Amino acid sequence: MTELTAGLATGTPRLMEGSEAIAEAMVVAGCRFFAGYPMTPFTEILESMAEKLPPVGGVCMNAESELEAIGMAWGAASTGTRTATGSTGQGLALMQESLAELSLARLPMLVINMARSQGDYFQATRGGHGDSRRIVLAPMDVAEAVEFTQLGFHLADLYRNPVVLYGDYYIAHTYQSVIVERLEFGPLPAKDWALDGSTGGTGAAKLISPLGDYKQRDDVGYDLADYYARVEVDLSAMETDFAPLVETGFVDDAEVVVVAFGTPGKFVRYCVQELRAEGVKVGFVRPISLYPFPTEALQDATRAVRGVAVYENCAGQMIDDVRLAVLGRVPVEFIGGLTMDSSAFGIGPDLQVPILKQRIVDACRRAGCDLGEVPQ
Amino acid sequence: MTEKSEKSDSSAKSDMPEMSEFGDRPVVDTSRVPEVPVRLVDDFTPELIDVGAHHLCPGCGEPIAMRLIMEVLAEQELKHRALAVFGIGCYTAFSNNLDCEVLQALHGRAPSLATGAKRANPNLLTITVQGDGDMVNEGLQEVLHAAARGEQITCVLLNNGVFGETGGHMTATTTVGQRTKNTLEGRNTDDHGYPIRIASLIAELEGAAFVARGSVTNAGNVARTKRMVERAIEVQLLGTGFSFVEILTMCPTGWFVETEDAPAYLDDTIGVANFAGVLRDSAPATSVE
Repeated sequence: MTELTAGLATGTPRLMEGSEAIAEAMVVAGCRFFAGYPMTPFTEILESMAEKLPPVGGVCMNAESELEAIGMAWGAASTGTRTATGSTGQGLALMQESLAELSLARLPMLVINMARSQGDYFQATRGGHGDSRRIVLAPMDVAEAVEFTQLGFHLADLYRNPVVLYGDYYIAHTYQSVIVERLEFGPLPAKDWALDGSTGGTGAAKLISPLGDYKQRDDVGYDLADYYARVEVDLSAMETDFAPLVETGFVDDAEVVVVAFGTPGKFVRYCVQELRAEGVKVGFVRPISLYPFPTEALQDATRAVRGVAVYENCAGQMIDDVRLAVLGRVPVEFIGGLTMDSSAFGIGPDLQVPILKQRIVDACRRAGCDLGEVPQ
Repeated sequence: MTEKSEKSDSSAKSDMPEMSEFGDRPVVDTSRVPEVPVRLVDDFTPELIDVGAHHLCPGCGEPIAMRLIMEVLAEQELKHRALAVFGIGCYTAFSNNLDCEVLQALHGRAPSLATGAKRANPNLLTITVQGDGDMVNEGLQEVLHAAARGEQITCVLLNNGVFGETGGHMTATTTVGQRTKNTLEGRNTDDHGYPIRIASLIAELEGAAFVARGSVTNAGNVARTKRMVERAIEVQLLGTGFSFVEILTMCPTGWFVETEDAPAYLDDTIGVANFAGVLRDSAPATSVE
């Protein structure tokens, strides 16, 4: 499993808004090209990048739409430049064609999905046409966002594939004291595929294409069947090589395990800690990489439980992956719900500790737990 | 099976080439090995095109346009810093047939990719190749915004007024009255509206430094169009703004006309609706020319 280093940084902490911290993390990770189109709650990342990139020689483009934002990022990535783009769920919907084909073009890129609520789970983990897949990282707070932003660039370069960072309204707008400094995740292959024009006229000019890198001079036309099969081998290798990231707690003797990701995952973790102090045998699993999903960790954590409860700030999407992981061995119950705020940004009153605790306790009762003298 | 035996029967009848029903041009008998093998007289393939043969239809104007673009890049010693960004259309057949670096875009998206590449590496000489379906239908806003931003790239439009690759369907540049597979009675303005003259639109934008429209219907037009591409690339090197060349190209297959009639058809239809010439040149003159 990739070692998580959040909290281990040694620099001076600064109070920063999540969006600015993510932007700062991109810059220290070496990102020198960013393109975006304003949309809440992604807007402040674009603002910060417009401010931070030019002084370090980078470029931030105000694209005419999300289609062009990811197009510009595609062009910049082809030159070997560390590149990122992003939006919220609706904007990501416009980017899906490019996002899927970037896997075929074999171009690394960080794509930030500052989601409204958690209803972008399906799109983030399954979006796009064809057989493309990409790693999706979901931080629970600003500190993790700073780390996973940098890890995202690393994984994108390592596997030559886009990586999605799944943030939300809370992470975008919460001020938190964080240390933003360059994190090292190990060696990376040289970007010998990057375009700079120099191979023109040599008889071996480079080509970056979602249709494959075959040249007619090699007596090969475009062979999509062959190329798609080659990419599939690489994407499968990525899934084998990358160990899913997950945090678990109190699962050893838990009777009920609660599953949640992102900011709600942090709320659930806190609620479970409080309930444990009150004597309720409950544990939590927080998937950090939503794709590949931490199926094995979830299987291990739910081997001896009475039931599994899933909290999501949406109608229930990740619950499908949870059900696939437990394969019907125990009941899986949904205790989340649609955001209740009028803006639909996912800042509804349901994300409160007393409400969450009550739902978890109710789920425990329904699963047949003996809760003894627990007050609720 | 029956068809095959009929063919071999007819070839057995005569050793002489048959006369075509369309005139007195001989039909080449392909059912047996020719007595005299085909001999390469000369290789006219330009330096930066890898393989001379292509799979585009006879009479297509796009290989001529590709040829003149690649000739300009080679002649101006730009081959070691050039990046060609391709859209999706018949001409995409050339995207893996060039000895200059190529970035393949999705349908309609070449100008944004070119923008990102050029901004990330300003040393690149960046040229996009798109058809009318790609540029004016699917990705119209891309070329307009790139032009308005004064992006230091050169966009080339290969305009034949149809979606050639799908078999001849109406695009935004199809001329009024033109027959296509989804305007069988000809494009009428009541149902299908009017064509977009994209070069004329771009010429209105302050970010555009050079805008021209040429064609490849005859040798003179090819030479004039090549000079337009030369100037467009010169403008990109000067760094004074966006440069654009629209090249009207023949598509006899998509127009449903005889191959040899295609240049005249173009001159009489698309060529009338879209006059050739330099529409805008606000960049300073240089000693070249």
